Amino acid sequence: MSMFQALNKRYQLISLFILAILLVVVLPLLLDIFRLNLIGKYLSYAFVAVGLVMVWGYGGVLSLGQGVFFGLGGYAMAMFLKLEASDPITTKIQSTPGIPDFMDWNQITALPLMWHPFKSFSFSLFAVVAVPTLLAWIVSFAMFKRRVGGVYFAIITQAVALILTVLIIGQQGYTGGVNGMTDLKTLLGWDTRTNGAKYILYYVCVALLIGSILLCRWIQTSKAGTLLLAMRDKEDRVRFSGYDVADFRIFTFCLAAALSGIGGALFTLQVGFMSPSFVGIVPSVEMVIFAAVGGRMSLIGAVYGTLIVNAGKSFFSESFPDLWLFLMAGLFIGVTMAFPMGLAGLWESFVVTRWEKYRSKAKGSQSDKAALAGGLQ
Amino acid sequence: MNFSELLNIGLMQGFAGLSLFAVLLLMGLGLAIIFGQMGVINMAHGEFMTIGAYTIYLSSHLTELYAPGLKQIYFPFAVVLAFFFAFLLGWLVEWVLIRHLYKRALDTLLATWGISLAMQQCFRTFIGPKEVSPNLPDWLLDAWAPVPGLDIPRNGLFVLALTLFVTGAVLLALSKSRWGLRVRATVSNRMMANAIGIDTSKTDRLTFAIGCGIAGMAGAAFTTIGSTGPTSGQLYIVDSFLVVTFGGAASLLGTVVSAFGIAQTQSLAEFFLHGSMAKVLTLSLIVVILMMRPQGLFASKVRR
Repeated sequence: MSMFQALNKRYQLISLFILAILLVVVLPLLLDIFRLNLIGKYLSYAFVAVGLVMVWGYGGVLSLGQGVFFGLGGYAMAMFLKLEASDPITTKIQSTPGIPDFMDWNQITALPLMWHPFKSFSFSLFAVVAVPTLLAWIVSFAMFKRRVGGVYFAIITQAVALILTVLIIGQQGYTGGVNGMTDLKTLLGWDTRTNGAKYILYYVCVALLIGSILLCRWIQTSKAGTLLLAMRDKEDRVRFSGYDVADFRIFTFCLAAALSGIGGALFTLQVGFMSPSFVGIVPSVEMVIFAAVGGRMSLIGAVYGTLIVNAGKSFFSESFPDLWLFLMAGLFIGVTMAFPMGLAGLWESFVVTRWEKYRSKAKGSQSDKAALAGGLQ
Repeated sequence: MNFSELLNIGLMQGFAGLSLFAVLLLMGLGLAIIFGQMGVINMAHGEFMTIGAYTIYLSSHLTELYAPGLKQIYFPFAVVLAFFFAFLLGWLVEWVLIRHLYKRALDTLLATWGISLAMQQCFRTFIGPKEVSPNLPDWLLDAWAPVPGLDIPRNGLFVLALTLFVTGAVLLALSKSRWGLRVRATVSNRMMANAIGIDTSKTDRLTFAIGCGIAGMAGAAFTTIGSTGPTSGQLYIVDSFLVVTFGGAASLLGTVVSAFGIAQTQSLAEFFLHGSMAKVLTLSLIVVILMMRPQGLFASKVRR
């Protein structure tokens, strides 16, 4: 692990800059708006992957239920958009005008109480972050305070994902059921389906993602980040030093949940619908592989991992649908057996190390070499 | 409605709970051995069950084609075959993959998820994407009616009997056989077990394979209840994990008790609520109890 600590700050900054250039300039120039919208969709998953780097890579706690938080954020946004799309004039053919269409199909005659706050845009934005964070806090507080971690935590988060999926599908009248919430059109009167709007939403997504990476990076370089790593590797020693291990873990887990919620909201805005197929166990585990492929210790790697896996998924499931699952299986097995540090790890060991070696040779400085050797142990 | 009708409804409802108990216990049993005794999370558990189910389907298919006369008796042999197929595959998976990952529990989880994806695609490619069900022998169809008005489904009885048999066999094997002794020694102190001449890596492989084999048998039993598709396994996986964790991972008896408790809660809830809400209620209850008592119902008293 110390390989990653050896990374100097400047190198981190350069790679973030390269990522930003790629997302802000290169991709919008290369791709048409349809493809760019797809990239924007993938980037909304990248929020989850970045959160997983914090929770799993740094915190050592694997959550198999990140789709829950992604979904909650997405649904909070979708509820607001759906209410806006169901004004009494557009829905006048319904038996109860002014409520979402799926409620009308399910013989519900008045807007349920739970839906009322989502008429307010500011409340909905608040809920996008607050609802996932609150659920994350409840789950993680109960678990981490009792010193439960590892596989047990993974199982519980998985169960939460199953519960939420069954609940959403079962309560059709309140949630839109298995189809989810569709036909989302405008945001505060602004049509989100036009090409211009898609460009703007893409840039909002990129800006928020880079902001999230900076925030996480700041946490990693702070004392809390060091403590997280220490807890992952020697939990008891950190505890004996007088730190409350649980508090740090709860904080990280809530942070990841909040990020996932933001990602979910951006997904809803860019794709125009939200459905339970982004909440359950399968998408949640898939989100783990995004982070794993990119490198579980690298925030920027997680973004690349998300982009590559999703682009691969789109390509293969269009052209060779039979091969995709095998490839995905290969990714899961390969990443755990052969490349536990993912793409970022490969990049480190093949490119950065050589470059550093070359540089220190050129300088002939002994101290650099010593530092590098120390870092690579 | 008179008293005997009420009694019949009560009995049938109770039996519905019992057969759910049998299903959950069969699901959890293989996992209890692998997860409880070895600490390995096998996310492909559901797919090993699907292997067993497909074995039954294929045997029924082949019997129909080549030996239609054996239709009444092929089933028990096919169940044994299901055990062996899953056993062999489990052996292979342990040898290729799991043994390298014992020290990294969370990575095992991801690797076995990969295996489950690959197996699903294999089922889809080689057997077909459609749900299939075998032609069951007559003695597994219909219901057994000891008194008029009381219908006990025979497939439920069969699953219950198989569950009791397998559970008994596993409990007996763990407490009496040489294998059980080795497993218990390895679980309680791996280094010491190694030092006194137990081949722990061989024990691990055998244990994993037996757990997979039992999963195969469970899948075989489930063909009497429902149909099998490539992704059927994923439906079982969370339930099986919860049964095992809720019971207390290291305790087989805990698995039995927790399967019973969960099954009765769910069938009782289904009596009053809509099906999906009953499921939500049961699962939430388990999760809340696990949050309060993470070690499960029966915690092992051994210090680790």
